[in-house]
Amino acid sequence: MQLIACPWCGPREEVEFHYGGQAHVPYPDSPAELSDEEWALYVFFRDNTKGRFAERWNHTTGCRRWFNAIRDTTTYRFESVYRLDDPKPPVTELARSRRSTAP
Amino acid sequence: MAELLRTHPLEGWTTRFERLPDTVRITVEPYVAMVDVRLAPVGAEASAALGVDLPTTPGTWVPAGAGRAVWLGPDEWLLTSTTEAPEELEARVRAAVAGLGGSATDVSAQRIGLRLTGARVRDVLVKGCSIDLHPRVFGRGSSAQTLLGQAGVVLLALSDAGDDVLVLVRSSFAGYLADWLLDAALEFTPTPDR
Repeated sequence: MQLIACPWCGPREEVEFHYGGQAHVPYPDSPAELSDEEWALYVFFRDNTKGRFAERWNHTTGCRRWFNAIRDTTTYRFESVYRLDDPKPPVTELARSRRSTAP
Repeated sequence: MAELLRTHPLEGWTTRFERLPDTVRITVEPYVAMVDVRLAPVGAEASAALGVDLPTTPGTWVPAGAGRAVWLGPDEWLLTSTTEAPEELEARVRAAVAGLGGSATDVSAQRIGLRLTGARVRDVLVKGCSIDLHPRVFGRGSSAQTLLGQAGVVLLALSDAGDDVLVLVRSSFAGYLADWLLDAALEFTPTPDR
């Protein structure tokens, strides 16, 4: 079983964690002015990245804290984890290079 | 009207625990008062008010008077006390942390303790727990919230030799975990003569 390194508890088995979707989705600056379509985009629409993807995870059976992780969606390998208040690491260039080498 | 008697969820397992060998001894701990503390940031003021330095290193516990203070999260701790009633402990801790923006909740009924002692304790636990329990990294003062079998538990290392571990488990999972532990300890349990 794959181990995921919780930023607080250290490496733990994957079954201790829950997936929380895409990370770094900003709450709208002025929610009152949003149209229905813009709300739908914020609430329901997420990237479907092939390659490195920044996403949220929760260490459900451990410290119960949320954290962010960079995971490769093609290999399922976790490349890094970071706390919610840490800046987002650059991820775009790897996703692009992987696409160019695909058959 | 029916009389309500306080019962322990593991009363039915007592005789089966007694049959275990000394290498894997399971003792059901008596009820202790437990309070969940949320507080951030934790500083000298909190230590003075509570009378204990709350551990800030993940995965540790420290003795706190007649109880323990267990790290549960970066802003969350479990305080136990063997001498105070749950409501006394809750009131005392709440008074100590309320002024600092913290909160205290009595969770005494949430978990019960199973104390595992003996040379084979680690062999039993590793059958259902993936974290490294070797005394080199899980010596006295270490704690871990993890899965044991399918049950979420808090493990507290009480000795540096890895032969004394306290398992805190939710009361509703206690029966499952007791069965699981007895099954895991089966290979160390002598078979009765036929």
